[in-house]
Amino acid sequence: MAPVPSSTYSAITLNINGEKHALSVDHRTTLLDALRERLDLTGTKKGCDQGQCGACTVLLDGRRAVSCLQLAVAAEGREITTIEGVAEGERLHPVQQAFLDLDGYQCGYCTPGQICSAIAVIEEHAAGWPSAATDDVRPEAGPPPLTPEEIRERMSGNLCRCGAYVSIVQAVARAAAVEARTAGNDTAETAENAEAAA
Amino acid sequence: MTTATTTTGTRAVNGSVGTAHTRVEGRDKVTGTARYAGEIPFAELAHGWLALSTVARGRIRSVETETVLAMPGVLTVLHHENAPRVDTDYVGLLGAPDPTAAVFQHDRVPHVGWPVALVVAETSEQAREAAEALVVHYEQEPHDVAFSVDRPDAYELDAFGPAVMAKGELDAGLAASAVVVDAEYTTPEEHHNPMEPHAATALWDGGRLEVVDSNQGTTWVASELANLFSLDPASVHVRSEHVGGGFGSKGLRAHQVAAVMAATVLQRPVRVIMTRRQMFSLAGYRSPTTQRVRLGADADGRLRALDHSSLSLTSTVHEFVEASAGPARVMYDADAHHTANRVVRLDVPTPTFMRAPGEAPGSFALESAVDELAEKCGIDPIELRVRNEPERGPVSGLPFSSRNLLACFREGARRFGWADRDPRPGLRRDGRWLLGTGTAAASFGAMAMPSTAAVTAEADGTFTVRVNAADIGTGARTALTLVAADALRTTPDHVRVHIGDSDLGPAMIAGGSAGTRSWSWAVMIAAEELRERLALNTGIPPEGITVRSDTTAAIGALSQKERHSFGAQFAEVAVDPATGEVRVRRMLGIFAAGRIVNPLTARSQLVGGMTWGISMALHEEAVRDRATGGHYGADLAGYHVAAHADIPHIEADWVDDVDPDDPVGIKGIGEVGIVGAAAAVANAVWHATGVRHRDLPIRPDRVLTAGGHA
Repeated sequence: MAPVPSSTYSAITLNINGEKHALSVDHRTTLLDALRERLDLTGTKKGCDQGQCGACTVLLDGRRAVSCLQLAVAAEGREITTIEGVAEGERLHPVQQAFLDLDGYQCGYCTPGQICSAIAVIEEHAAGWPSAATDDVRPEAGPPPLTPEEIRERMSGNLCRCGAYVSIVQAVARAAAVEARTAGNDTAETAENAEAAA
Repeated sequence: MTTATTTTGTRAVNGSVGTAHTRVEGRDKVTGTARYAGEIPFAELAHGWLALSTVARGRIRSVETETVLAMPGVLTVLHHENAPRVDTDYVGLLGAPDPTAAVFQHDRVPHVGWPVALVVAETSEQAREAAEALVVHYEQEPHDVAFSVDRPDAYELDAFGPAVMAKGELDAGLAASAVVVDAEYTTPEEHHNPMEPHAATALWDGGRLEVVDSNQGTTWVASELANLFSLDPASVHVRSEHVGGGFGSKGLRAHQVAAVMAATVLQRPVRVIMTRRQMFSLAGYRSPTTQRVRLGADADGRLRALDHSSLSLTSTVHEFVEASAGPARVMYDADAHHTANRVVRLDVPTPTFMRAPGEAPGSFALESAVDELAEKCGIDPIELRVRNEPERGPVSGLPFSSRNLLACFREGARRFGWADRDPRPGLRRDGRWLLGTGTAAASFGAMAMPSTAAVTAEADGTFTVRVNAADIGTGARTALTLVAADALRTTPDHVRVHIGDSDLGPAMIAGGSAGTRSWSWAVMIAAEELRERLALNTGIPPEGITVRSDTTAAIGALSQKERHSFGAQFAEVAVDPATGEVRVRRMLGIFAAGRIVNPLTARSQLVGGMTWGISMALHEEAVRDRATGGHYGADLAGYHVAAHADIPHIEADWVDDVDPDDPVGIKGIGEVGIVGAAAAVANAVWHATGVRHRDLPIRPDRVLTAGGHA
């Protein structure tokens, strides 16, 4: 790499999938480009580079974010989770398994972003966050039923041009049911109904 | 090895074909380990960034490279005065090359977004800043991007058949008709927008040009590059293992050519990736269309006269026609039958194939007009189609290989609940919503093109299939695994399929809904011969036994028939007359599309096509500014493609429809899913509101200004 003036780059450490990565980055480098071009973590995809498609979605401190609109230098100190970090060893995350089993994708390019988004959607919903599709938004109402409409609304930041939305929504519902059942949560049945209705 | 083999006629059946299988590369795709073209690492990789013209017509007066070359990390700036020359005087796989891909050869600018330079730098940040800083001076000329039906300079242009096909006396037929529909329909400029932007890395390695690309056929792209750069075809190697969608846009494009030029000049690997915004002028698109349909029928709905004429646009440098008048040549017969495709040349980029080229916009017009005719005749739209079902090709007179359109309508009507439908519009309400249902027919040509394959019996009892297919999300890799497993009387886990590499030998592209059929045919021939060889029980040497096939002769021997997939589309919509919002509540598509190899991925593909239909009906529209000649909002915010919240429950299924002349029985499913889908939605909007929408997309403002049963 050609030398660049020190005023335009910084040495940073990124905490990605539980591992620390020390690197020096151009201040203009987005988190997305740092992942893809500097750290060879190419699972995070670049679809538009303008925050419009969701393909580059990662989890920052557990919340979803489009990594193309984050500067790498500003991601220091954050806990970054990418698609490479969501499975437990050889065991796929329930969302990954549901996408695989239900064919929740076609070309696969939007898939890592859809999966990262879905993981956060299930957590956001379980935590009682309302969405534009929620009927009763009072805090005491608790999590709304996880209907197909709720999933569609919450996943709408992730475009899929192949048109795999129907099976993606089914996969998110199934994964939510699996997670709810594992957690002994009584929302599992609603989520199973959502898969059937999606 | 477990085998359970039965034979039905000449067709081997042991259960893989026709049974749902998850994608063989599925685990790689859900874990992020599947690498797409821009993700393969190379040592000493340099990054190219295209600079595009800001004027719609004129000449490049000068390119101020000096300032940019002094910027950090910049390695070179290629433009029309210093770039390697290419040869465009050849006929490739799909005809003469579109000069849009032959970048930096002259100073002419034929449209906004024409590549004027490639800036190459050590990092993508440096290349981008330098490309954006590059000053180009133009001698601007007046441009013309005004597409309208009354263009005096429009002309007839052949495409996949003659521009004009006519029989009978049209005017007399219309005059003698008891009922006449005469309507004009328009569809807007539409863009493919695969999620993965076009990306290519080029390098020279031991005298061979190596290109890692995202495309719909490496045989195709390699041969185009060999022609352009006057290279021995054997010295060009193109790989494209995973492709993030194509839809017709991923053939030879400016980025590959620019990358090869830069790799040649710099003698190091160079990667060029289109930005999303650049894709709107570099990746091709579907032309807008203006179509007039005239249908004349007896009072009982039987057609006497049919006229469908379509106008689309092309660039000033290359001819491409969106042959929207085509579907009528297959769908409906009439004594007087006239169809014509015309184009007009404007100062715009060259349009190209986009999912169901011709059929998608053409079916919107034709299937809307048929619905209007049903309304005028007071006949159920399905019954009207039953009365007009042709026995032979309406224009060709050839027999159909199979035509199960009515079976699709019967099954679809039953499952959708069509029998209970009150045909009168504007009657059903659900709160603020007006509800309606609509239907439309679909068809798409079933084609096979010559391909080669090699199948190897390995010493360990497994099989390796080598066929230069492309899996652009269709599930072709998995389908070919299933086809090979059945042909070899084994199970899919004993079969490895290698695709996406021009060294595998010539094969059809992923296009024309003909990929899986063409590749499967080649795999079948090789596998069957291999099985015969293995039956001799001579043992398998360490290097295995390989049989190669070439389907050129077999496909050439196919008899002349009308070969098509068919389908029936159903949609239910809700329209809010106060906001103009249209919501699709459910969709059903029943298809007769040959043998379905993998029901899991086939359903995804058909539903994907129908999702495109909704998107086409309600959302997609690229708007060109007449003053600048460029687009408004050329990105995924300005150009809305259907998102999760736009897409309801969609069901796709099929009826039995095995192609008797194909070794597997395949017809092709990549495109038929979108055909008729937008018409079904538009017909449902009429049923909800009583207003015909003949211009796509059916935007809220159009619903509001059209009025109706509010």
